[in-house]
Amino acid sequence: MNDRIEKRIELKAPISRVWRAVTDYREFGEWFRVKLNGPFVPGQVSRGWITYPGYEHVKWEAVVQKMEPERLFSFTWPHPSSFEKAEYAQADHSKDPATLVEFRFEKTAGGTLLVLTESGFDNIPGDFRLEAFRRNEGGWAEQMKNIERYVAKAA
Amino acid sequence: MLQKQRSRLTARGKAHAPAFAALGDETRLALVAKLSSGQPRSISQLTKGSKLTRQAITKHLRVLENVGIVHSAHAGRESLFEFDPTPIDEMIEYLDFVSEQWDHALARLKSFIED
Repeated sequence: MNDRIEKRIELKAPISRVWRAVTDYREFGEWFRVKLNGPFVPGQVSRGWITYPGYEHVKWEAVVQKMEPERLFSFTWPHPSSFEKAEYAQADHSKDPATLVEFRFEKTAGGTLLVLTESGFDNIPGDFRLEAFRRNEGGWAEQMKNIERYVAKAA
Repeated sequence: MLQKQRSRLTARGKAHAPAFAALGDETRLALVAKLSSGQPRSISQLTKGSKLTRQAITKHLRVLENVGIVHSAHAGRESLFEFDPTPIDEMIEYLDFVSEQWDHALARLKSFIED
């Protein structure tokens, strides 16, 4: 079971510009859509509120892990069991399971390669996830291929 | 689209133990791969070709059973184990949801930087 997300994006800007857009709390807030109370500091909790329409009742609370200039920025953040307003308001978020988010920065000919990973989904218990949905065969076949690939790799 | 996803995400899931963690083991993954054809199999059939003992295989099957990935039924003197894709579908749905949120966020980052 592949329990991590990886995204790679090429940005036409120098690494210093991308680093600032991701690690300056005001700039991060602009594109991520969160209003943060203060700068990111390794080892400290970063707090704020999501500004994304429909999610404004959701608070932002991440623990900054690493800030290696123009190389790596990482934090852990919680996954609530529900984003639905009433349920979210009632839940005890101190026990929300967390995943690790990492941004890696690499210089390229045309600018910067940003690699994002999110890992640790195996920390998230089943009752935090979704109810069963209508299954489509294509989707399931694809999932089985993923499992086969994983098994083949592990063997 | 987002609205739809949100309602999906907020759908009430029934409580079950961590299915991700249950699959974070080579033996259990291999068992799932064997059972995923849909054909129910006995412990003997699942032990065949494995270096592990019947008892060890049984233990792994119980872990999978606890998270709802396999179900067992008695057939005469034997237990037959059958695969249930539901918990894995749920996990993949959730990962897809998170993955899509990142796609949107990174697209916003790109225009923030480049425009």
